[in-house]
Amino acid sequence: MFLTRKAEFSASHICANPAWTAEQNHAVYGANANPNGHGHNFVLEVTMTGDTNPDTGMVFDLRELKEILNQEVVDVMDHRFLNLEVPPFDRIVPTTENVALEIWRRLEPKLRRENARLYNVRLYETADLFVDCSGGN
Amino acid sequence: MKLTGRYRFVAAHRLDTPTLTPEQNRRLYGKCNNPYGHGHDYIVDITIEGAVDSDGLIASREQMDALVKNAVLQRVDHKNLNVDLAEFHSAVPTTENLATVIRAWLEEAWTLPAKLVAVRISETERNTFIWEAGKV
Repeated sequence: MFLTRKAEFSASHICANPAWTAEQNHAVYGANANPNGHGHNFVLEVTMTGDTNPDTGMVFDLRELKEILNQEVVDVMDHRFLNLEVPPFDRIVPTTENVALEIWRRLEPKLRRENARLYNVRLYETADLFVDCSGGN
Repeated sequence: MKLTGRYRFVAAHRLDTPTLTPEQNRRLYGKCNNPYGHGHDYIVDITIEGAVDSDGLIASREQMDALVKNAVLQRVDHKNLNVDLAEFHSAVPTTENLATVIRAWLEEAWTLPAKLVAVRISETERNTFIWEAGKV
């Protein structure tokens, strides 16, 4: 059985390598390299997989999942400037790919249960662009 | 990791198979057989899969958008699929066939480091067609 819960957070970021010139950054990241930053309403869909617990009828307690998503992602990233306020994005470019990988790293250990585990992290940067992370890179 | 981009185009088409009689075509395709054609606002979701590179990207957005624009959108946007595209002079432009043609165009033009793994087309909100690598 699969179970998906959605969460939203709004954040700003700059996609640029500080070691490069403005021209180099624009060539790789386009408008996302604007040195003053820009923002998105990120939408996160977290999918768990596992067996339904016969005692509770649940794969994973949704209230607990909501609390973990809030603690690990929303409280940390919502209304923040990712490059300046949310490590490791002081060192790593906060592309949507890297933000999704970081969300996976934060959530996966907290969501391990005997009957269930994290299956996929889908992160929408806009309604027209999203990435899926289901483990490693 | 996978990355999905959503693209849009508008086009006209008519579903009609020359090997069938007019009556058989009407019965098979219903309203979609209207001799004057009709149109849709198509939505295409293109999914690629690959490793995140040292720039933090699966693929450059500009490169992906340019590839989809050149290989697909400029061929079909504001076109009559039956008339304007040689691919549909001998095949019916059902959205199944359109998905197959779009996948072939993409593969032919492919320059991204990541692999093309899915093409998903909606002709309306109610009808969606999906090609997925390794599945169908």
